[in-house]
Amino acid sequence: MRQAKTLLATTALACLLSGTAFGQTLVYCSEGSPEGFDPAPYTAGTTFDASSKPIYNRLVEFKRGTSEVQPGLAESWEVSDDGTEYTFHLRQGVAFHTTDYFTPTREFNADDVLFTFNRQMDQEDPWYEYTPGISWEYFNGMSMPDLIKSIDKVDDYTVKFVLNRPEAPFIANMAMDFASIMSAEYADTLTEAGNQTALNQQPIGTGPFQFVGYQQDAVIRYQAFPDYWGGEQPIKNLVFAITIDPAVRRQKLEAGECHVIPYPAPADIEALQANDSLNVMEQQGLNVGYLAYNTQQAPFDNPKVRKALNMAIDKQAILDTVFQGAGEAAKNPIPPTMWSYNDAIEDDPHDPEAAKAMLEEAGVTDLSMKIWAMPVQRPYNPNARRMAEVIQSDFAEIGVDVEIVSYEWGEYLDRSKAVDRDGAVLLGWTGDNGDPDNFLAVLLGCDGVGGANRAQWCNEEFNTLIQEAKVLSEQSERAKLYEEAQVIFKEQAPWATIAHSVVFMPMSAKVEGYVMDPLGGHWFDGVSLAQ
Amino acid sequence: MLKFIAGRLGLIIPTFIGITLVAFLFPRALPGDPVLMLAGERGVQPERYQQLMVQFGFDRPIWEQYLVYVGNMLQGDFGVSFSTKRPVLDDFLNLFPATLELSIFAMIFAIAIGIPAGILAAVKRGSVFDQAAMGVALTGYSMPIFWWGLLLIILFSGVLGWTPVSGRISLMYFFPSVTGFMTIDALLSGEPGAFKSAVSHLILPTIVLGTIPLAVIARQTRSAMLEVLAEDYVRTARAKGMSPRRVIGLHALRNAMIPVITTIGLQVGVLFAGAILTESIFSWPGIGKWMIDSISRRDYTVVQGGLVLIAGIVMLVNLVVDLLYGLINPRIRHQ
Repeated sequence: MRQAKTLLATTALACLLSGTAFGQTLVYCSEGSPEGFDPAPYTAGTTFDASSKPIYNRLVEFKRGTSEVQPGLAESWEVSDDGTEYTFHLRQGVAFHTTDYFTPTREFNADDVLFTFNRQMDQEDPWYEYTPGISWEYFNGMSMPDLIKSIDKVDDYTVKFVLNRPEAPFIANMAMDFASIMSAEYADTLTEAGNQTALNQQPIGTGPFQFVGYQQDAVIRYQAFPDYWGGEQPIKNLVFAITIDPAVRRQKLEAGECHVIPYPAPADIEALQANDSLNVMEQQGLNVGYLAYNTQQAPFDNPKVRKALNMAIDKQAILDTVFQGAGEAAKNPIPPTMWSYNDAIEDDPHDPEAAKAMLEEAGVTDLSMKIWAMPVQRPYNPNARRMAEVIQSDFAEIGVDVEIVSYEWGEYLDRSKAVDRDGAVLLGWTGDNGDPDNFLAVLLGCDGVGGANRAQWCNEEFNTLIQEAKVLSEQSERAKLYEEAQVIFKEQAPWATIAHSVVFMPMSAKVEGYVMDPLGGHWFDGVSLAQ
Repeated sequence: MLKFIAGRLGLIIPTFIGITLVAFLFPRALPGDPVLMLAGERGVQPERYQQLMVQFGFDRPIWEQYLVYVGNMLQGDFGVSFSTKRPVLDDFLNLFPATLELSIFAMIFAIAIGIPAGILAAVKRGSVFDQAAMGVALTGYSMPIFWWGLLLIILFSGVLGWTPVSGRISLMYFFPSVTGFMTIDALLSGEPGAFKSAVSHLILPTIVLGTIPLAVIARQTRSAMLEVLAEDYVRTARAKGMSPRRVIGLHALRNAMIPVITTIGLQVGVLFAGAILTESIFSWPGIGKWMIDSISRRDYTVVQGGLVLIAGIVMLVNLVVDLLYGLINPRIRHQ
């Protein structure tokens, strides 16, 4: 009997991963624990992967594999001529999840949209601080409280957002995780039961997968939502097996204990690629690492000097030594996966001789400067110190003497903002909403001088273009302006654009239909497992 | 005896103050403004900055922060995690059974092998076994846990496929937690194969976590035995014609165990420290992994609270060991 039981268990285990008796179960070895299951209070991608992506939908969604926006829970939307009113027409017949802790009595409607946003916007809302210390980081971080004047329910299936000023990136913000639509009916039920915190522990959404259970720091279970408006999923169960160490994730993938793993160790990539039973996908991350000159200080106020220094940098050496292959040279301030990326622009060649001549032409000799290297590892720069050293030796070749300085991270971010800062700063940015405005206006606009614009660069022509692009609602028209702005950026060279990281996704060869998200999320709807 | 207990208990108060001070000051001694650091490249609006400083209590003088912190703690309030917003104590209580289960298995493993190996090495002093055992013990003691864990995973899970790579139980089992001990819960669930799965998941982490205590216990047992074997009363017992087995088992072992028990008590701290790395490698959902996650998230309340709670448990265990020691060795309690 005992032997029979063992045999049964072993068979069941074998079936689990081959995907027969256990149903189609996809196991994703995620890199960390979610902070909660209500995405809006958080900012970590790990949390979004486990909450907003499988469980919820938004009014609009990013078209998979791109940073473009497409209809989601809103079937269509109109923008008023002055660009301040967005009217969303909601999809009808969308069901919320039915679980053992909640049974909805109605379908999705405008009340759910109002609940989702009012709790983040209105300090009087009973859900504004439903767990002590909770706050709406992304809603605030994207300046939504300043931007949104009001949200009005026109009828059950029409919602109007009135803005204080025209702002085209608003539509991309509506596709972000914090804008995941919650159930107002579920919230009311929890309020009645005096159990508001359950909203963050036992989620209810309209998404492709419904929540089954979470064993803290170990396993999250979901099952396909049979009444999903987007159609039923090819896999029946989705399991996140939390595995924080990248070397262990690799072992689990190779042992067949998981089907997909994120963030492999760079050193393992070659071996994973060589394994026939695996498939390693790759894509540039939505980020950029750069060296920002202080364009308000001589001699860096001269574009020629900046251009000359850019030509001295050997990007390939940086990709080899700092990124160890997990990076791609950057020629523009936005990543290639973002719409409006101007691929026609040619990067400055690596040419120390020409650079030297150009410096002389500009009348600069015996230049010595500081390069700031940040003390932390970031996706866009895995080792700033090492990068600074490579640049130091590149500059030495053209007779420029470099002193590398560093401060503790908080201090670094703060001090590098100063307009009278001495030296060029290594830093970078990871995009939030896939909108070019989120890079170009934030990092290079005149408003950012003394703040996020570390080059302290205010170019009238460039600034006019990005201001114009911000108020147009047609994406193709905006793209033209951004393409033009990138040309000016390249001529003026306020930064040396260094690299975009390359993100790898190793998975079992049985996994079909997985599409990498340029915004860095991990999505499993539409994914299937071959027998 | 009462005086002895009172004396030991009296020592707890200054130790506790010391621990809370270290836990409190440590994150604050790290350079940098925690709010700016959390905000990262995105930065933070000045109004929001003020709000956060007040929320975290950083706007108050440091001594006041400390008093509030200790005051809350004595009432069982260890604060709320910065990132998850869950009470630190709830998370700790939820995750501690996993660590405890692993630690108990590791300790049983260390004692069950360490003590017999130490005795045998002492009795056969200078033999090949002695030299080999002590060589292995020294290696075990110096083994970097992280490397050791990965090596075992690659060999036993990767190449041989004998054990699962990580986790507490196969993903196919899904039953409610009753005791928090996966082996017991698996038995209670009545699901066929669950217990076996839980045990097979325990094998590698138990070995990894138990290696250092095993080495220490083996070496301590050996040296304590050697010392005792050289005593007059052992020689007398032998001279009386007592069998070697009785001499070792009755006279030598009982006396040699006194320092060994202290060592075992001290190893509890080592176990918790080792658990931090072991749990990270084996994706073991215990307090070690929880602490590592919190450090990387700069979740100060969890780091502080976790530190105090773990230190508290180590203190408690050492107290129990001290008291036991007094029971076993009358010389101590009469001092």
